[in-house]
This record gives sequence, C-alpha cells and structure tokens, in this order.
Amino acid sequence: MSQTDHAHDAHGHDHHDDAPHSTFKGYMTGFVLSVILTAIPFWLVMAGVIKDSGMTALVILGFAAVQIVVHMIYFLHMNFHSQGGWNMLALIFTGVIVFIVLAGSLWVMYHMNVNMMPGLMKEYL
Amino acid sequence: MSEITHDTLTGSAEDGQRLQFHETTEHHPETGTLLGFWIYLMSDCLIFASLFATYGVLGRSYAHGPTGQELFDLPLVAMNTTLLLLSSITYGFAMLRMQMGRLGGVMVWLAITGLLGAGFLGLELYEFHHLITEDAGPGRSAFLSSFFALVGTHGLHVLFGIVWLVTLLFQLKKHGLIAENRRRLFCLSMFWHFLDVVWIGVFTFVYLMGVLP
Repeated sequence: MSQTDHAHDAHGHDHHDDAPHSTFKGYMTGFVLSVILTAIPFWLVMAGVIKDSGMTALVILGFAAVQIVVHMIYFLHMNFHSQGGWNMLALIFTGVIVFIVLAGSLWVMYHMNVNMMPGLMKEYL
Repeated sequence: MSEITHDTLTGSAEDGQRLQFHETTEHHPETGTLLGFWIYLMSDCLIFASLFATYGVLGRSYAHGPTGQELFDLPLVAMNTTLLLLSSITYGFAMLRMQMGRLGGVMVWLAITGLLGAGFLGLELYEFHHLITEDAGPGRSAFLSSFFALVGTHGLHVLFGIVWLVTLLFQLKKHGLIAENRRRLFCLSMFWHFLDVVWIGVFTFVYLMGVLP
C-alpha cells in the first residue's frame, strides 16, 4: 500500500524542469564567437578593407545573421525540443513575418519612390 | 508475486483509487510562463521589424541634412556593443550561479550586468544629446526621425530591463532563490539576450551600413 502511494506521490509532484540547463562552456563558446563576429564587421568598415560599399554591406549582413544564430543557440538556448518544439515554431513563424515586413516594405517603397516621384527623388537624395 | 498483486489491489481499493483513463489535473507544462514570455518577445520582435523597415525605407532621406557618415561615431558604437556583449555573458554567469543555488553569486553578477546596461544607456544618452545639440535631432530629417525611433526604442527596452533587474535584486534579497524568482530570472535572461540580438541588427544595419559611402 505504502509502495503504491509513494509511487503515485512521486509522479504527482515530479517537477521536471523544462527550463534549459546552461553550462559555462556553452556561454563562453557563445561569447567568444560573438566577440569575433562583432569585431570582424567593425574592422571591415572602420579600416575600409573592401572598397565596394555594396559588397561590404552584404558581408557584414552575413556576419550579423550568423551572430544572431549564435546568440539564439548559446544564449537563448533555442532548440527543437524546448517546450515541446513550440518555442522554435514561434520563432520560425516570427522569422517569416519579419522577412515579409522587411523585404516587402523595402521592395514596395523603393518602387514607389522610383516610379511615382522621379523629380522629387533627385531633389531629396 | 501474488503478495504484491494482492497488496497493490487492496491498496488501491482502500484508497478509493480506481483506474483512470483521463487526466485529473490540468496538463499545462510546468514552465508555461517561459513559452508565454517567449511569444511576447516574438511580438516585440515584430515591433522592431517594423522600426527596422521604417529605417530601411527612410534611412537615406537626409533632406539636405547631415548623413550617417558625418554623424556616426563608430568607436563609441563599438564601445556600446562591447558593454552589451559583456552584460550578456555576465547575465549568463548569474544563471550558472543560480543553477548552483548560490544566491550571493547570482546577485553580484546581476548587479554587474545592471551596471554594464546602465553604462550602455549612459553612452547612448550622451550620443543622443550630442546629436541634438549639433542640430541633428529627430526633427531634422526622415533619416534622423527613423534613427531616433529605432535606437530610442531599443534604449527604452534596456531601461526597462534595468528596472526589472533592480526589482529582481530586491526580490532575491527578500525571498532567496525560490521557484518564482528562478522563473523571473529565466524570463529576464531571455529578455536581456533578446535585446542583445536586436542590437546586433542595430549596429550592423544602422551604424555600420550607415557610414558606408
């Protein structure tokens, strides 16, 4: 009797913590990576390493994207099984919306500027 | 063998426990708050996305005013970025101390994180003040309006993060590392690291790309 009670109790009060378990190694890996990924874009721009502005912009955006992923993994502990995958699902959904908002706004407004106010554009640029 | 069966059977009978094929308690995950907070952060992310989009559209409309190349002080931005990155790792150390159950360590690292955050805010306010006195305030051009809106919103988030952090320090002092405080520490951890992620976008998209010719 006591045995079954105990078993039931243990199950009922089983506080299995869903919160991520962090490690010193994980944080340090993330920190070192993000320092490197921050330092390189600043160096590229401040020292003017790449002559072409468009190329520099693409490269530093690439570094930013990688650094965001590094922060997501090592600092925010994102993975496919925390909270039964709902964390990741919310993140992916937000990513899609963010992409639509950013790309859509830039695309539409660029064409509005170019096609509808050609005279004004030259004056204000 | 038969004894155990007998024992189990009588045990459940005596306790009035029957076989149940449905759950008697609500089956929320233990840390549902963390998921809820994450969804809040995602909605915050959308606010920043719209501010980034605004800056992306208006960021080159100078109205014959000063350009980013003339205004932005990259060493200052590098300094700010360093402070925020350091505050991220010090918050990480606070979380590690929390896992070890060391209240003193948690509070020390939290305090250091708060000071780094305050340093970041101080530098940002200095930059804003400098810009406004140079006649490059938010009213000068569409570029500066969108710049102040985006960077200012991020700064406000950091300010509220610090307010939260100080509140949490008092809570920790009073109640120690109870389950509620651990949950709060996790939420603030996500908030703080999220602000760092947004800052990556800001220094890349606004400052570094702003000074490119």
